[in-house]
Amino acid sequence: MLSGVAGVVIADEGRDSLLPVIPAGQGDRCVEDTGFMRRNHMELLDHQRDETVLKGVRTEQYSLQGCLSCHVVYGSDAVPVTVASPGHFCRSCHDYAAVSIDCFQCHASRPGEHDVNADHQVSSAFPDTTDVQGPE
Amino acid sequence: MSSDTKDRKINETPGFDPARRSFLSAMAAAAGVALAPGVMLYGISKSSAVGAKALDAEASAAVRWGMLIDLGRCDSGCDDCVSACAKENGLRGFGRPETDAQWIRKVEISNPQTGSSKSLPVMCQHCEDPPCVDVCPTGASFKRADGIVLVNKHTCIGCRYCMMACPYKARSFVHEALEDQQPHSPRGKGTVESCTLCVHRIDDNRQPACVEACTGTGGGAMLFGDLNDADSEISKRVALYASQQIRADLGLNPGIRYRNL
Repeated sequence: MLSGVAGVVIADEGRDSLLPVIPAGQGDRCVEDTGFMRRNHMELLDHQRDETVLKGVRTEQYSLQGCLSCHVVYGSDAVPVTVASPGHFCRSCHDYAAVSIDCFQCHASRPGEHDVNADHQVSSAFPDTTDVQGPE
Repeated sequence: MSSDTKDRKINETPGFDPARRSFLSAMAAAAGVALAPGVMLYGISKSSAVGAKALDAEASAAVRWGMLIDLGRCDSGCDDCVSACAKENGLRGFGRPETDAQWIRKVEISNPQTGSSKSLPVMCQHCEDPPCVDVCPTGASFKRADGIVLVNKHTCIGCRYCMMACPYKARSFVHEALEDQQPHSPRGKGTVESCTLCVHRIDDNRQPACVEACTGTGGGAMLFGDLNDADSEISKRVALYASQQIRADLGLNPGIRYRNL
């Protein structure tokens, strides 16, 4: 039945299924089997996050940045898309499952460093001339 | 607060889950093997400014990261450390200096009697007994084994008690929704943040961004290293020259020390 409905609804978008279109990863294979990852990726990320933040363990195996680097999706401008784009790897599934995630309120949703101040006002508040009477 | 309470708060793992526990034990076994080369590496590189830590090794309690800032070399017109920090951690302003995030700032101090003045960079002082950790109701404010004081933003509820408790005004609250953060420096609305001593760089055996900038284009006033390692440059210098901690009277034993203050 699902496929019947899908055929009607998605016809406009040139798709033949309501199931999410999940972009393929860049590497050969994922760090775990696809089935395992589908069910347990949140556990792996949750565990890794505590290991990294609290203890400084920074293995790439289960790191969020590792996921994002391999599952990067490029936009039409050849720049990796952020989670603002419906085509983003994480969003493709989470939109479908109607599960909202908070990760990207803080974490970068695409790989690579960039100069955030390039087109923003620099936050350097110098000179901060706080008058403190200090020891000579 | 008794040390008992402190320990419990730091070590507590909220939301116990047996599956997670078994995974943890498996990981611990794996880490044990991996730890051996990490320990060996550290032994070799003791004389270097930054002790080598394998990426999969835990932060070592044998290390106490610290900084020695020579104010004789810190020019009041230079803010290379501030701009390097902003660039490294993706700090950007919203035109509201009172609430914009500020992890490191230049403070001018002057003696009204003599008129002499000094300019000093002030950031999180990475106290041995951090008041921000004492007051945190969720345990989000914590001290890592190697002495770095951090905010675990996953558990921070944004109450800002730590900002009140910090005698150095080192912490900022993120008031605005952010996007396009640096991958290594997650930060977001509703959480408190402060200097991490560039913990992502330290774990990668690199110097903090401010120190790198100061050594490169600044006056070379900042020295970063392991205060517990008697052979490190910083330990030799703090042993040889007089240095001060700011508000040493509070007895917090900050890891940041100043020379010629």
